Amino acid sequence: MAKVPVQFTLNGAEKAEFIDSGTTLLHALRDKIGDTSPKGGCHQGTCGACSVIIDGELRLSCLTLAETCNGAAITTTSGLSEGGVLHPLQRAFLDAFATQCGFCTPGMIMAAKVLLDHTPNPSRDEVVEALSGNICRCTGYEPIIQAVLTAARSNSQNAA
Amino acid sequence: MALALQTFSTVKDANAALKATGTRYLGGGTLVVRAANEGDVSISSFVRSTEPSQSAITVSGGTVRIGASVTMAAIARHPDLGTLTRAARAVGGPAIRNMATVGGNLFAPTPYGDFTVALLALDATVSTDGGDLPIETFLAKRDGSHAIVTSVGFALPPQGGFRFLKVSRIKPKGISVLSIAAVLEQAADGTVSAARIALGCMADRPMRAKAAEKALLGRKLTSDGIAPALAVASEGTSPTTDPIASAWYRAQVLPVHLGRLLLGQVAGMETKA
Repeated sequence: MAKVPVQFTLNGAEKAEFIDSGTTLLHALRDKIGDTSPKGGCHQGTCGACSVIIDGELRLSCLTLAETCNGAAITTTSGLSEGGVLHPLQRAFLDAFATQCGFCTPGMIMAAKVLLDHTPNPSRDEVVEALSGNICRCTGYEPIIQAVLTAARSNSQNAA
Repeated sequence: MALALQTFSTVKDANAALKATGTRYLGGGTLVVRAANEGDVSISSFVRSTEPSQSAITVSGGTVRIGASVTMAAIARHPDLGTLTRAARAVGGPAIRNMATVGGNLFAPTPYGDFTVALLALDATVSTDGGDLPIETFLAKRDGSHAIVTSVGFALPPQGGFRFLKVSRIKPKGISVLSIAAVLEQAADGTVSAARIALGCMADRPMRAKAAEKALLGRKLTSDGIAPALAVASEGTSPTTDPIASAWYRAQVLPVHLGRLLLGQVAGMETKA
């Protein structure tokens, strides 16, 4: 099968690859580009482990074909830290013990980032709603919810 | 193995490509890419159209046209479609709503397709490259349909005239036990003058509760008034059994939830006073 070109920005860096037509974004990111932060969980759109941000919107990379992302700006969890300093969400997840096996964590952080980008001071209900497409089988969710609320407070204090 | 994707700038060209065996139309990917990932070997390639009209929402003179590629998230945040926000937000979690399209929802098998339940109650018209169909006709024929859906259209119900309820075991995002949508018109004395009720998960695709609609006519929306409608709510249904609920359970709880919807006892539901 002939390869097709795809070009997008990933965490601010230009990326261009030749891929098999019909390749999912998850496969392209992990196996072609080498960003393994999005995880392949269910491949059915159910678990949210593959969540990435495409042009500001939360999407599931396992159900998105890479060719449909030409020209897009893609953000993954691996692009959040700057200069070795963790993003406030990553810091809060660590501090709140919101990660156990860690498989769901990158997707959870992507979902939380979209929330905080649009709603800097969310209510608990808004956090629950924002994370409702992401499954965690370790934590029971409460530490994750608290981590997102903590990160929001941290952002507010830094902005004040 | 990756499946080839062909992208066309017009629906007409995409329709022509869709005639090839094994080709499926790609909307948001939440149905067909999911099926391919699951190993559906009947799919050999994808086709999509980028025609701009498929991504447009127009509200004019009380009528709505929603392009088939419009996502649930776009409907939920549209300032003129507040009536449909509840139904649009009933679909999946945030990421799914950013991807799932109106056109795809028309093809979603039970227990999915909650937004189509709303469209059925609204008596929507489904437009394809080959012409327009009433939604009931479209749903009856959808399995054999090879024409790309371009849009859906319907008349906006009066304020408080549309009701929607999704019942799921997990909040806020869970797969439907069942969903119900109703468009009700009431006379000045409060009696129901017209009713259109649609049910999700009570058959292999959304269906009308015609016996209940008929039993509501001339009745007030009180416990006594709706009792005849609830008694016949399950008439004609053939609910499915799946990991979410058994057919028996769905049949048992349908009148309970229909009653709550008709009496306005659903949290956050806006009804006419």
